[in-house]
Amino acid sequence: MRRRLALMLLAATAFAPAGAMAQVKIGVTISTTGPAASLGVPQRNSIALMPTEIAGQKVEWIVLDDGADSTKAVANARKLIDENNVDALIGSSTTPASLALIDVAAEKKVPMISLAASARLIQPMDAARNWVFKTPQNDSLMADAIAAHMAANGVKTVGFIGFNDAYGDGWLTEATRAFKAKNIEIVATEKYARADTSVTGQVLKLVAAKPDAILIAGAGTPAALPQKTLHERNYAGKYYQTHGVANADFLRVGGKDVDGTVLPAGPILVAAQLPDSNPIKSVALDYVKKYEAAQGPGTVATFGAHAYDAAILLEGAIPVALKSAKPGTPEFRAALRNALEAEHNVVLTHGIATMSATDHNGFDDRARVMVTIQNGAWKLLP
Amino acid sequence: MDADIFLILVQDGIVNGAVYALLALSLVLVFAVTRVILIPQGELVAYGALTYAAIGTGKIPGSLWLLDALGIAACLAGLVAARRTLRPAALLQLATETLLVPAAVTALVLLLAPRSPDVLLSAALSLAVVTPMAPYLYRIAFQPLAEASVLVLLIASLGVHLALVGLGLVFFGPEGYRAPAFSDARLTVGPLTIPGQAIWIVGVTLALMAALALFFNHTLSGKALQATAVNRLGARLVGIATSLSGRIAFLMAGAIGALSGILIAPLTTIYYDSGFLIGLKGFVAAIIGGLVSYPLAALAAILVGCVEAFSSFYASAFKEVIVFTIIIPVLLWRSLRAHQEDE
Repeated sequence: MRRRLALMLLAATAFAPAGAMAQVKIGVTISTTGPAASLGVPQRNSIALMPTEIAGQKVEWIVLDDGADSTKAVANARKLIDENNVDALIGSSTTPASLALIDVAAEKKVPMISLAASARLIQPMDAARNWVFKTPQNDSLMADAIAAHMAANGVKTVGFIGFNDAYGDGWLTEATRAFKAKNIEIVATEKYARADTSVTGQVLKLVAAKPDAILIAGAGTPAALPQKTLHERNYAGKYYQTHGVANADFLRVGGKDVDGTVLPAGPILVAAQLPDSNPIKSVALDYVKKYEAAQGPGTVATFGAHAYDAAILLEGAIPVALKSAKPGTPEFRAALRNALEAEHNVVLTHGIATMSATDHNGFDDRARVMVTIQNGAWKLLP
Repeated sequence: MDADIFLILVQDGIVNGAVYALLALSLVLVFAVTRVILIPQGELVAYGALTYAAIGTGKIPGSLWLLDALGIAACLAGLVAARRTLRPAALLQLATETLLVPAAVTALVLLLAPRSPDVLLSAALSLAVVTPMAPYLYRIAFQPLAEASVLVLLIASLGVHLALVGLGLVFFGPEGYRAPAFSDARLTVGPLTIPGQAIWIVGVTLALMAALALFFNHTLSGKALQATAVNRLGARLVGIATSLSGRIAFLMAGAIGALSGILIAPLTTIYYDSGFLIGLKGFVAAIIGGLVSYPLAALAAILVGCVEAFSSFYASAFKEVIVFTIIIPVLLWRSLRAHQEDE
């Protein structure tokens, strides 16, 4: 009996690689728990919408959770590459975890598509970043949009309050650069933590500096707290938020206090309001329809769409790579990387991407719209 | 800095400090009676807040199912613990405590929550959902280890904390919630605008402290708790069931945690994992009180709240660093002053 079992095991292991050769494997490490769960959960749900067959090849999506922990993300990536022999990596949800993955992707020569915002992931381009792509808009693109909107609306001084982490710091750097170009001065800089229960101290200081506008650089529902506190202190200037707040929960928590806020966002946020001539509209609406069919009406979040965009990019690159190599081989991974880099004018839910050797994000101005909040709903600004 | 800003910061500090004070009290209470450093105290706060927010919007809170599951698990734990000495009376009591109570609470919430109850009723329902979880946790995780060292209990406590954070994500989701305030009234005193909710928080804290003082000094259960805290073995010798004392202490910790959550939910956005930091600040206050003194812990909590408010004004990037640094000089002073004692 035992011998027969051993034989069967032997047979199973002998046939396993042959079976695995026949399909493409994509490893996904995202933050479905921990502080970035509001990004990771819709991303996981979006991966579930992906096709299981591309160009006649079966595609397997293996999703692991890294809890927004860099160490865990690296361990996941190594596991996916060494044990599952994946052909490409998607992840992670946050900038710090994605930064940690760059070296793994480069060492193992596996193309990776990050779902985090910071431009530092793909700039400056070097041998390691050669393997790294990303789908969310660079924060510099968004910061420029905010600066342009401020300049057009007569804002001269700005108070900044941001997360006390990589997200807030990244935004402070980008905003400082973008504002300088438009001669807008930052008169107060404050930090707060995602889990803070009170920002009264910071807000008092901001209000005392009397800026024309306040930019809040936070992600998700925690970005509502400073704005609510500013309202309590009767701050009368303009409010700007970042695209990190673009989900329905922010509107729910913010309530009437966030009406009139201006923010840059991916076009998918207001997909239904886009003109029909915009090619992004149909792709974005298609995603919204699929997502809400699976998860229930009103559940779609722009963060999940970044994962969907990564899959669209792979959907375009896999058939090209299949022509020159078999999945599961180093040649296929290199071919996949080259195919990703060669993609041009791919319509995604967040914009239209044209990759190049120096730009692994590929978005231009079409990847962002200015949006305001009106009566508790997103409204596209002309 | 002018006088207005000073007053506003002090007000903010006192309101936050009042919540930390409640948590510090319950940490001191639980530690004194059971020697458990109750890290999951923060999760009880978050659960209270999120349950209250869910009921307030007419939804069935996910924590309700957790209560049922914990009740059943506690019942099994109780059966295993008492497997040699099970008598019908004890069995009935166990079943009432761990099965009947969650069933009754579940029925009540299912009946009342969809009808959008008013704030006080939803607060009461949330208390009923979250409070019993604490004694169930005691039965499941701590009672079997009751005689173990403080370190083992601390590790068990950490385990319960991690489990509850994970379950919180499952039951409440990753996004935060804000709940309706108890009162929208605003009181204007000089430069200060005091929201009604702040008055509620400070008022409830004071009332609860007074109630605790009465409980400890004038009731049999309170005296039994105190006796267990002073000397476990002695308390057992005079006929006090220390496991019962433990459950009462946890019951009170559960009620205080849930109540703190309900009180702060209208002031700020609470997430499934917000509780830990709030609890940790209560813990800093409890440590300053040496984990034994209630008045000292309460005063220290107000101090922590004020330090937090002022450091967020002066150096917001270092706020948490400053708040948690207070603990170092206190620990130094205590360790220099205290005699080395073995457990």
